[in-house]
Amino acid sequence: MRRFVFPVFLIIIFISMSAALQAGELDRFKGMSGTINIAGGTAHIPVMKDAAKNIMTYNKNIKITIAGGGSGVGIKKVGEGLVDIGNSGRKPKDTEISKYGLKLYPWALDGVAVVMNKKNTVNSLTGKQVRDIYAGTIKNWKEVSGKDKTINLYTRDAASGTRAVFWKKMLKKGDISSHANVVPSNGAMKVSVANDPNAVGYISIGHIDDSVNAPAVDGVKPTQENALNGKYKVVRKLYSNTRGEPKPLVKAFLDYIMSPEGEKFIKKRNYIPIK
Amino acid sequence: MKEKIIEKWLIISGLFTVSLSALIFLFLIYFSLPLLNPAVLKNILSLQWDPVHGKYGIMAMGLASIVLAVSAVLLALPIGLGISCLLAGLAPRKIARVGHTVISFMTSIPTVIYGFVSVFLLVPFIRNIFQKGSGFCLLSAVPVLSILILPTIVLLISDSFKNVPRTHKESARALGFTPVQEFIHVIIPSCKYGIMNALILGFGRAVGDTMIALMLAGNAPQIPNSFFNSVRTLTAQIALVLASDTQSLAFKSIFTSGLILFIIMLFVSIGSYIVLYKRDVKNE
Repeated sequence: MRRFVFPVFLIIIFISMSAALQAGELDRFKGMSGTINIAGGTAHIPVMKDAAKNIMTYNKNIKITIAGGGSGVGIKKVGEGLVDIGNSGRKPKDTEISKYGLKLYPWALDGVAVVMNKKNTVNSLTGKQVRDIYAGTIKNWKEVSGKDKTINLYTRDAASGTRAVFWKKMLKKGDISSHANVVPSNGAMKVSVANDPNAVGYISIGHIDDSVNAPAVDGVKPTQENALNGKYKVVRKLYSNTRGEPKPLVKAFLDYIMSPEGEKFIKKRNYIPIK
Repeated sequence: MKEKIIEKWLIISGLFTVSLSALIFLFLIYFSLPLLNPAVLKNILSLQWDPVHGKYGIMAMGLASIVLAVSAVLLALPIGLGISCLLAGLAPRKIARVGHTVISFMTSIPTVIYGFVSVFLLVPFIRNIFQKGSGFCLLSAVPVLSILILPTIVLLISDSFKNVPRTHKESARALGFTPVQEFIHVIIPSCKYGIMNALILGFGRAVGDTMIALMLAGNAPQIPNSFFNSVRTLTAQIALVLASDTQSLAFKSIFTSGLILFIIMLFVSIGSYIVLYKRDVKNE
């Protein structure tokens, strides 16, 4: 029995030391307390959740709430003082920045990719084809070398930063057909496209998984590498915005997201960290 | 003394509730006022919603709301009548009681559950069977909305059936009517106004529902001309546009959408009141 005491003792010390080492970036939260309310872009949520979980486990006096709603909601809520951090998947407009006195903290690069159902045989499109599909001039998959089936269009709601970027950089501000189905989040878009064999939609690259296909557009595959090296051009930064200077707890949270540990979370979700 | 206090309290509560509705109405009117100049009004009351090109017409949504609600009521009518007949006498007592409990329970199911389940079960079904479109269309939303308003309709109709004077039923029996004939020729005709009231209130509930339309109808801002069209109701419109930039005309059109919905509900209430009044007059 006594034989095991020392090794167990060593193991316990080792574990607590690794916890302490890991707590390096979390140290800034030592002794703090309060609540951080976050709302806005749905693309940011997975990273925010990872960070929040770590922080709340480390310091039980800190409470962090995270809500969605879209980039428009994020900017509005933080501007009106309803939340501490408003996430947006698009840069706030100059009018928004001046009206609310926003401070911008971009912390990742994310691309927006065209997605299709796994059963769809089409695996590449030209930018013009995407524009025509969304404008409604191309109505059938056979016009782009697919099956003879009507194309079911899916787009996002008005508040979506994902939509704003897709519209500006992929569709080049072209029309979106009034027949398109409107869904309210990246998650809802993924579910809709994954379940509808004739669907076409768009989601943040960080949200892409095995349930959907993301074809190459104009010869460039929508991966984070291509977003980083500039080959894939439909990209946007993920912003966290505050109204004026953030209070110390909020500043600590933002610093944490931009720290090496935060970068791990960002990479884990397939976004690209930026300073 | 206590009675006086209770009386005053009841009056205050009543006034409070009424004034709340009035205040909501005034709020909607107040925020719709800036939109009152003819050019803007013409834009908002038009059929095209295309904010990118400056078109903020919500009439297509109004049309969709009404078409959806009317269809749901029409579908719920025969089913609701049938169930009410069963609950009010055609089914054995025990089954009728169980049925009544089940229907009452259905009123407490959140609409988002109906929507959520239908997205995964009904929408692919519609898409595969008809092969027309994505499955997010009027045809998916109507039956689910009917199920939603069914308990309201059934409970109201059942109540009017129960309030048919015994003499009516006894005379019918004496004349040799079978139970079904009794319903068709005596009970239902005498509950004409009660049934109308149930349909009107069911319509009101259907027009005001947001989740089912938002999750199942597709939300394309176009005029519905087929049940396979993706449509957007006024309620879904408000939910979708609410998060937009508060300074834009798109956002301000929400208040007009709300106002139109409120006015529809006003007509629903007036309709219900008239129908019930007629019923009470007839019963005297």
